[in-house]
Amino acid sequence: MACYLTTGKHMSIYWSVLTVLLLLGITAPTALAFGFAGASAARSRIAPVSWLGRGYIAVVRGVPDIAFFLFFVIALDQIIEVTRHHILCPDWVEPIRQGNDFVVCQAAKMPLGNAPQWVHESYGFAIAVFTFAIVFGAFAANVIQGAMAAVPRGQIETGESYGMTSRQTFWRILVPQMWVYALPGLSNLWMVLIKATPLLFLLGIQDIVYWARELGGIKTSRFTDYPHGDWRMWYFLALLVFYLIFTRVSEITLERLMARLTLGQATTAGEAQRKARTT
Amino acid sequence: MKNLILTTAALAVTAGMAMADGHAVVRMGTEGAYPPYNFINDAGEVDGFERELGDELCLRAELTCEWVTNEWDSIIPNLVSGNYDTIIAGMSITDERDEVIDFTQNYTQPDPSSYLVASADADITGGVIAAQTGTIQASFIAASGATLVEFATPEETVAAVKNGEADAVLADNAYLAPIADEDGDLQLLDQKELIGGGVGMGLRESDGELKGKFDAAIQSMKDDGTLNALITKWEVGEQF
Repeated sequence: MACYLTTGKHMSIYWSVLTVLLLLGITAPTALAFGFAGASAARSRIAPVSWLGRGYIAVVRGVPDIAFFLFFVIALDQIIEVTRHHILCPDWVEPIRQGNDFVVCQAAKMPLGNAPQWVHESYGFAIAVFTFAIVFGAFAANVIQGAMAAVPRGQIETGESYGMTSRQTFWRILVPQMWVYALPGLSNLWMVLIKATPLLFLLGIQDIVYWARELGGIKTSRFTDYPHGDWRMWYFLALLVFYLIFTRVSEITLERLMARLTLGQATTAGEAQRKARTT
Repeated sequence: MKNLILTTAALAVTAGMAMADGHAVVRMGTEGAYPPYNFINDAGEVDGFERELGDELCLRAELTCEWVTNEWDSIIPNLVSGNYDTIIAGMSITDERDEVIDFTQNYTQPDPSSYLVASADADITGGVIAAQTGTIQASFIAASGATLVEFATPEETVAAVKNGEADAVLADNAYLAPIADEDGDLQLLDQKELIGGGVGMGLRESDGELKGKFDAAIQSMKDDGTLNALITKWEVGEQF
């Protein structure tokens, strides 16, 4: 049993757990940054910036995730390669599109054709993180935009009456206060993001779902030292437990964070906290 | 997995520089879920008939090769968009596929497709037959009178018969035979279907040079009998 669980193939599934955690760890802050930028842009008084922010939120939220993941990743990869192609191989005369084939010169390949496999995998991973960040950033932008609108006008007015500039009221009053309104929405997004990680599979990254399916599949004794029947149910059960534990831990953490952010805020929950302390 | 990556990385560094033009490293795309043709072994590496064959071909053609796995569903789109350079995944040569990609000469004889069933009286003319999406078997059933259910992996087609969702699986005999041997509930029907023109390597149509190299390597393996020895070892149909 111990031998079975430590085969090279099982090591791959353990690695893929780390891949998923790493993806979440990088994507969440990046998406938050995208969201913050998107929301700030949408609020901007400069019309083109505002259009850009609103356009980003509306378009990305409107496109189905799967379509976005399938289309955008391929398009992004090809845009990078075409750009590199034009810069690095200006003498190339053959067309890039030859029938069904997408052909760029060897030097323009991204990553280079002779790069080791881990470079290809990291590149794929980076593209995945970027795509996830764009998609979830749009949702986060919408949440943050709403949260910014929810901060009572009187709070900002107070700041203005003290002579703060609009930049100062934004950073010192609006942003610290809006988190408490944004957190419930953002925590929802975090939960969805956790569950969306199997979409990695669509992007050609061998994530835990791939390995669970591969390891659980029927194995005949000719091709393995550990033949077994259809064990996919058990592997997927393990995944279920993993995701349940993970979301539960997230919930608890987010609840604590919420309690902290509420402290001293002019909201119902903040008021309740204040009363609980004084009595 | 790690060793594979390290050795190939080392190879790529040392040998990759030698070839300035063309393919410094040939990336071999396979599915890794279709034993005995290709599968992931206990160590997490690509293994099987095509692994051995591919390594030998690369040796003979003096190419540095690297193995990559890809879903069967998207194995052709990823080839033409350049994510890897060959498909070596038990893919039968058909006219439909030949319109999109190029094939080398076949390296297995046409392997008859078998029906894997749970009971010998399963209805294979009007019943429900499972096949993997985008295979020659799937098109064969679609053209016959039976109801086709498609699955993304060969694994799931077998599971469908085991749980009664389908009456039979139609797939390459070489894939089904070991499963029927070990599972007491499943058996192969005597009826075989002769479809497909043997398995070949798929390449981009614009990649004529590489195709020529692999064609020559396959021919040399056919000539000196090493290909036949591999076919016997992995039981993937008739010899040449």
